[in-house]
Amino acid sequence: MTAAMPNFLPVAPEIFVFSMACVILLVDLFLSDARRGVTYLLTQLTLIGAAVLTVKGMSAAAVMTFNGMFVGDALANVLKLAIYGVTFFGFAYSRDYLRERGMYRGEYFVLGLFGVVGMMVMASASHFLTLYLGLELLSLCVYAMVALQRDSGQSTEAAMKYFVLGAMASGLLLYGMSMLYGMTGSLEISAVRKAIEGLSADNVILVFGLVFVVVGIAFKLGAVPFHMWVPDVYHGAPTAVTVYLGTAPKLAAFALVMRLLVGGLEGLAVSWQSMLIILAILSMAAGNVIAIAQDNIKRMLAYSSISHMGFFLLGIVSVSQNGYSSALFYVVVYAVMSLGAFGMVILLSRAGFEAERLDDFKGLNQRSPWHAFLMLLVMISMAGVPPTFGFYAKLLVIQSVINAGMIWLAIVAVLLAVIGAFYYLRVIKLMYFDDADDKAPLGGPADVRVLMGINALALVLLIPWVGVLMEVCRAAIRALAVA
Amino acid sequence: MLNNYVPILIFMAVALIMGVAMVVIGRVLGPHRPDTEKNSPYECGFEAFEDSRMKFDVRYYLVAILFIIFDLEIAFLFPWAVALSEVGMLGFVAMMLFLGILVVGFIYEWKKGALEWE
Amino acid sequence: MIFGLDAKTIYLLIPLSCLAGALLAGLLGWKIGRRASHVVTILGVAVAFGLSAFVVLPDVLAGKTFNGPVYTWAVSGGIPLEVGFLIDPLSALMMVVVTFVSLMVHVYTIGYMHDDPGYQRFFSYIALFTFAMLMLVMSNNFLQLFFGWEAVGVVSYLLIGFWYTRPTAIYANLKAFLVNRVGDFGFLLGIAAVYMYFGTLDYGAVFGIAPQLAAKVVQVLPGVDWNLITLISILLFIGAMGKSAQVPLHVWLPDSMEGPTPISALIHAATMVTAGVFMVARMSPIYELSTTALSVVLVIGAITAFFMGLVGIVQNDIKRVVAYSTLSQLGYMMVALGASAYSVGIFHLMTHAFFKALLFLAAGSVIIGMHHEQDMRNMGGLRRRMPMTWLTAWIGALALIGFPMFAGFFSKDMIIEAVHHSKTPGATFAYLAVLLGVFVTAFYTFRMIFMTFHGKPRMDKETFDHVHESPWVVTLPLVLLAIPSFAIGFLTIEPLLFGNYFGTSIHVSTQHPVMLELAHDFAKGGESSVNRIGVFVAHGFQSLPFLFAMIGLGLAWLLYLRYPEVPGKIQARAKGLYALLLNKYYADEFNEAVFGRGARGLGNLFWRIGDVRLIDGLLVNGSARLVGWASSIVRQIQSGYVYHYAFAMILGLFLLITFFLHG
Repeated sequence: MTAAMPNFLPVAPEIFVFSMACVILLVDLFLSDARRGVTYLLTQLTLIGAAVLTVKGMSAAAVMTFNGMFVGDALANVLKLAIYGVTFFGFAYSRDYLRERGMYRGEYFVLGLFGVVGMMVMASASHFLTLYLGLELLSLCVYAMVALQRDSGQSTEAAMKYFVLGAMASGLLLYGMSMLYGMTGSLEISAVRKAIEGLSADNVILVFGLVFVVVGIAFKLGAVPFHMWVPDVYHGAPTAVTVYLGTAPKLAAFALVMRLLVGGLEGLAVSWQSMLIILAILSMAAGNVIAIAQDNIKRMLAYSSISHMGFFLLGIVSVSQNGYSSALFYVVVYAVMSLGAFGMVILLSRAGFEAERLDDFKGLNQRSPWHAFLMLLVMISMAGVPPTFGFYAKLLVIQSVINAGMIWLAIVAVLLAVIGAFYYLRVIKLMYFDDADDKAPLGGPADVRVLMGINALALVLLIPWVGVLMEVCRAAIRALAVA
Repeated sequence: MLNNYVPILIFMAVALIMGVAMVVIGRVLGPHRPDTEKNSPYECGFEAFEDSRMKFDVRYYLVAILFIIFDLEIAFLFPWAVALSEVGMLGFVAMMLFLGILVVGFIYEWKKGALEWE
Repeated sequence: MIFGLDAKTIYLLIPLSCLAGALLAGLLGWKIGRRASHVVTILGVAVAFGLSAFVVLPDVLAGKTFNGPVYTWAVSGGIPLEVGFLIDPLSALMMVVVTFVSLMVHVYTIGYMHDDPGYQRFFSYIALFTFAMLMLVMSNNFLQLFFGWEAVGVVSYLLIGFWYTRPTAIYANLKAFLVNRVGDFGFLLGIAAVYMYFGTLDYGAVFGIAPQLAAKVVQVLPGVDWNLITLISILLFIGAMGKSAQVPLHVWLPDSMEGPTPISALIHAATMVTAGVFMVARMSPIYELSTTALSVVLVIGAITAFFMGLVGIVQNDIKRVVAYSTLSQLGYMMVALGASAYSVGIFHLMTHAFFKALLFLAAGSVIIGMHHEQDMRNMGGLRRRMPMTWLTAWIGALALIGFPMFAGFFSKDMIIEAVHHSKTPGATFAYLAVLLGVFVTAFYTFRMIFMTFHGKPRMDKETFDHVHESPWVVTLPLVLLAIPSFAIGFLTIEPLLFGNYFGTSIHVSTQHPVMLELAHDFAKGGESSVNRIGVFVAHGFQSLPFLFAMIGLGLAWLLYLRYPEVPGKIQARAKGLYALLLNKYYADEFNEAVFGRGARGLGNLFWRIGDVRLIDGLLVNGSARLVGWASSIVRQIQSGYVYHYAFAMILGLFLLITFFLHG
């Protein structure tokens, strides 16, 4: 039995990023601390190169390779490009923060890149094993990154918790997958899909497996009640890691949801729909309500992420092409908003000073009206105030829920969004109406300021093209349906 | 069909009886004169009463973990070597890549000084 | 085609040049100064007038009309919401009238507002108003009509309260705003009904569909059947009642005289208040389908025409007299519309625009001369001091009372004739009202003229000596308006009324053949146009309206020049009637007592119970407190212990499993 040579073309970006990560790991070993900039530069170039390869490799039809374990389709490409983008910005924001805290080492970037490979594999997975492999690659990198600041008790504690709970969730997910394998006899997503068509939708073992899979996914998303790690990890991790972990992995988690639930288990939609509704409502409620009581902005953003994941699930629970594409739109918009918010936290921090408390945002308008304005944009977008992308994202998912005939759910979502608006507006109030405790002018290198500006302004200025972006999302989802 | 499992049932019954019998017989027949030393828990090589969170040298873990990695690598190499003629060029290249990645890791740990005890 | 511009560009240019002037004067007025501000706005309006009168009007006369969108604003539910123009004889006529009067008022304002600190603001407003009014008349769909409708309302609001430090001005503009809201509510409902049942907002499409829906019956209240067309017509007419100040929504117009006089001339006499008349004429294809609606228009118009005229008799403020005369004349126009004589209504709208603007501006000129004294009891004998104003005011007055040959004669006589012929229910009442209205009009008009310009000066000598004629920027518009006030009637009566000028832009059903009968009577006059007009005028001298007008004029002469002590005695005798008129039938008091207090009471109730208790207390603060409380409780779950977290996860897992396997 001689295996045929697989088609490597669809995997080119993954191979490139992986090889580059290895190269950077080796190069970094031989660099002095003063020349660490080379590592950073190589990392960013890798992301750009990957983007180029992805764009060049795009094809209208989905391409399968590695015996159907890996697929290159529009959904994967869109997600990958978004992942490169937010990671690129995240690395740029983090650079100075890391340097000021003695963490400016190759490991952050190398682990980050390996994590990106993991996410890419997840985005392109068409097999339970590939999916799991990508997930683990990502998770292991993130566990390590959270603990990057070894002498900080908070960081190591967070990493420990994340690792233990993450391992448990991975185990549950794997267990669920094994159940499904037992019933369907295949790990290949399309084959599983076909097999399920032949089975009854309330098959006990299938539903049993499904529950485990959903729990695994819910943990990765940080949906209530599997969200406990989120605030602790967001808070405990160095902000440079939080910005990484709070953005791109959400996109990967979307891939997980789409590939598993929609790609493979759509036949069980009746069951997972109601599970996700429960998770979504709990997440929106708990996320928004608890966020109000937070005085640490990283924790607040963590709860905000929980509530946003609830919103994003609304798009999925409508079980329709439109719903999925609005969920994709939502998650991309969320990644950009979250990037801006954490970026601003980083920007406000200085050597020996973490701008983590909400009070650190007091009177930001006096210190730097421009940055206060950018933060304002990010916050109103998160709150879902028009005319921002955050508003459209919420609008679209709520629309899809209404189209699915679940008006009560839409009403609940809107009410909870209104509650959520409170804590975003509080940040704005602090920035504009309170006096600054800290009069230090805002620093940050020029490139970061520019990127930050692009990041926040994009949430408003790209609005005229919202239709185009939405169309991209639709096309991505349509590709999935065809495949 | 369950007949196949009868020997296992017998095994379990015998094990249970043996275990219980030993404890009970010892209890009944043996002399019973307890003192403090006898009642205290026993651990081989350690003080009986001290903080269970003992300090180990971290280098021990490092070496142990590195050992496991390369040990597993060997475990992969055996079946590969046996089936090399079957898997052909593709199999060969794949394993070379795998080893290459391990080498990268090896260079990293070496350069970082993980292999130096002192 | 002119200067190589195509028709669409020209149509766009007309309102936009006014808007540009308004923006320049409004936003940059503080920088470019007073002179530049009036130059840019006058230039803008002059361009609009020039294009309207010398490009669009000839085009339309040559049969070149236009109907189409120029910009699509949004598409909602497959129905496009557009900015579009309908340029036909009706709108072309309105454009010329609006821009001409507006131009006159702009020039006049230079003199009138000379010392006002809000000079630039004022010019910006009136140019903005011209823009809004043009958008209204040029519209080819209900949405834009509504936009123009509201925009002129807003500018009117701003202008009535132009002197915003005067409490009376603020009261007046608030009142105008509120009363117009009532009308607009009906208007909006009407548009909504059109949208709902016709599925389009485009005039052409709506008029096309309307006959098919003529018999459609809807139930707004359960169990009560209403004819759809009647319902829509009356709802739209409620809007017209607000804007054109018809009883009972007339109360705002007299108070709007708190604004500067040019505004009274432009907005509250010549143009904006005629928007309702224009709208009904524009909607003639709809109104023609409902005799009920026409009857409502007719009766409301007749009531306004007569009873508002009566109030004019007892007013002492010169501007208020003119204001009540405006109300009365608007009633005349409505009567014409109700009698299906739309072209006559529009004809009267046009003549009225000229002579009423003239009267207002003349009144303004007197006010300037008297140093902002408006009470006629302190005037008298101004004829020698202000000869130009006196002369033009006379022309305006003769036009208003319908003295033969003057512009108002033709239009008013035609209205009376039209009602005479009309078979619409209520026509007899309306005929009586408009006939008696002629007497009333003549009486109060000449009461005003006599009290102001004739007799002995009733002010002290020093004041009288200081009165002088106004500067040329004031008298020039007076003269320019006096010419059409005299001549526009006999120049245009034939083409407008009988010469098929309006063509298809006004639709009259064969069931209401009033115009045909009028044309038939008119044609008896002879072969040539001059003959026919001559006969008409000659007949005018022998007609009942002329007699009534002369009695009114004579009575005014007797009471206010010959025996000036008599009015006081009559006043003392007929105390009740006098008080009734002076208090405008107590309409304000009634509104204040019933609607005002009622609404305030209701508002108070809602505020105390709804706002303070329910919304603030329970919903806003209560929910905030609840959320805060819940938040502080729930955050306790986040203990920080990894086994608690794991436990929560396992618990969640079990709950999901039990729920889905046994639920």
